Amino acid sequence: MSKNGPLALSFHALVVVFMLAPLVVVCLVAFTPENTLSLPWHGFSLRWFRAVFERADFIQSFYNSLILAVVAATLATLIAVPAALAITRYRFPGRDFLNGLFLSPIIIPHLVLGVAMLRLFALMGVNGSFVWLMFAHVVVITPYVLRLVIAASIGMDRSAEQAAESLGASRFTLFRLITLPMILPGVAGGWLLAFINSFDEVTLSIFVTSPSTQTLPVRMYVYATESIDPMMAAVSALVIALTAATMIILDRVYGLDRVLVGRH
Amino acid sequence: MSVLRDTGRGYLLSAPALALFFGLLVLPLALTLVLSFNVFDYEIGVKGGEWTLAQYANLLTDSYFYEIFLRTFWISALVTLLCVVIGVPEAYILSRMGTPWRSIFLILILTPLLISVVVRAFGWSLLLGADGLINQAIQALGGRPIKMLYTPFAVILALVHVMLPFMIIPVWTSLQKLDASAEQAALSLGATQAQVMRMVVLPQVMPGVLSGTLIVFGLSASSFAIPGLLGGRRLKMVATVVYDQYLSELNWPMGAAIAVALLLINLLVMLSWNRLVEGRYKKSLGE
Repeated sequence: MSKNGPLALSFHALVVVFMLAPLVVVCLVAFTPENTLSLPWHGFSLRWFRAVFERADFIQSFYNSLILAVVAATLATLIAVPAALAITRYRFPGRDFLNGLFLSPIIIPHLVLGVAMLRLFALMGVNGSFVWLMFAHVVVITPYVLRLVIAASIGMDRSAEQAAESLGASRFTLFRLITLPMILPGVAGGWLLAFINSFDEVTLSIFVTSPSTQTLPVRMYVYATESIDPMMAAVSALVIALTAATMIILDRVYGLDRVLVGRH
Repeated sequence: MSVLRDTGRGYLLSAPALALFFGLLVLPLALTLVLSFNVFDYEIGVKGGEWTLAQYANLLTDSYFYEIFLRTFWISALVTLLCVVIGVPEAYILSRMGTPWRSIFLILILTPLLISVVVRAFGWSLLLGADGLINQAIQALGGRPIKMLYTPFAVILALVHVMLPFMIIPVWTSLQKLDASAEQAALSLGATQAQVMRMVVLPQVMPGVLSGTLIVFGLSASSFAIPGLLGGRRLKMVATVVYDQYLSELNWPMGAAIAVALLLINLLVMLSWNRLVEGRYKKSLGE
């Protein structure tokens, strides 16, 4: 039973339409049989999806983005889990500073990070290198893993750890058998959120990629500034489908509302 | 003794992250700050070891630059205002929905957040273009097409679309703390619906609105892909100008100075926001 009046519900309907309209339109236009950006009034066609798979540069960029997001999310998780445990378990001078530093990429504009990395990479002579692009992504997505792991680690019951410790378990055994399984939803949720954020990142990447290391969002951005045809809609529809699939997994392992609204 | 051991372990566990963040965050930002004071010459490029304030003087005196800062400011302010006007009532409506619908609509409205901003900008260009779907509909109804793409209208509309979740999330969070019985008590004591809104609900959600406002403003002011794709060549915002300075003008010191100015304005906004929510966050760290 809704307590909202008809006026409130019509307002709500408008907001929902506004939020979904551009995404729905992209998915519909992707199926057009025409040469122009139009809705598929006269039957559906997969020709623009075929066109995507014939573009070697887009396929290459897709693989770049996929490998980049998998490796960067994994590295970010590997450094964020110990850092999160350090911040929640131990008291040491500079702890609040470290916490702030590790979360700061969320509030520093990606544009500023992009030009900063460009300067560093240019001085090092490694601009356009895939490995350094990957490290740049790790910096940007680490805060997302850190936040979820910190939340999971604060929320867990520590009596099992204390029991294992008093029974003589080594630190590593303790982590592997007790701590990790208990914070696993936070770790897995953080990895997926980091994966999505790396896969979608465009503003930083546009400064530090070369034609051969261009990621899919950068390729799409450059393509969209030059020409607009239904192939762009087909690529976008594929990205939406991939993101939706990742979100469904994220919902299963961690709970999408918890990730989005931040109730832990 | 245990304090010493804690200190050692704390540093050891955060060492890998600290090394990466020092090398790829602190160092490049410091290099960019230095770069913004370097002398630039169109023939030679960046002259190392020679220092100038010319870039910052340019920012303050060249009307091209401060017009862009001004435009970025009013667009961001308008986007923030629209997000408050749409986001606050929407969050309130969502919080009053029944159980299955509430989470379904919450997810529907918030998930566009996770879809690439390039895809969303492209979606708006399909709708707003010269022969976009909205103009096709207008023409089918016998009207004349309206120029929407490459105008501030398109940039503002798409920015509101991208930023609205950042407003709904904090407002929703503070609404969760609102005790429904306080509303009922006020109503049963003869308050009108409008009075309940003004005296019970609004004071409760103000912290959420305030933090949403500052996030939306900060993100809008530094947005790149939306003005880049929907603003066209003439409607520049700060981020697209930085991009031009770096990749077409090749005047890196000027680009660096604009980026530093943007970062400082942004940090100022964000730090004041942080001060407001600091108390809540400290509590959640278990102190």
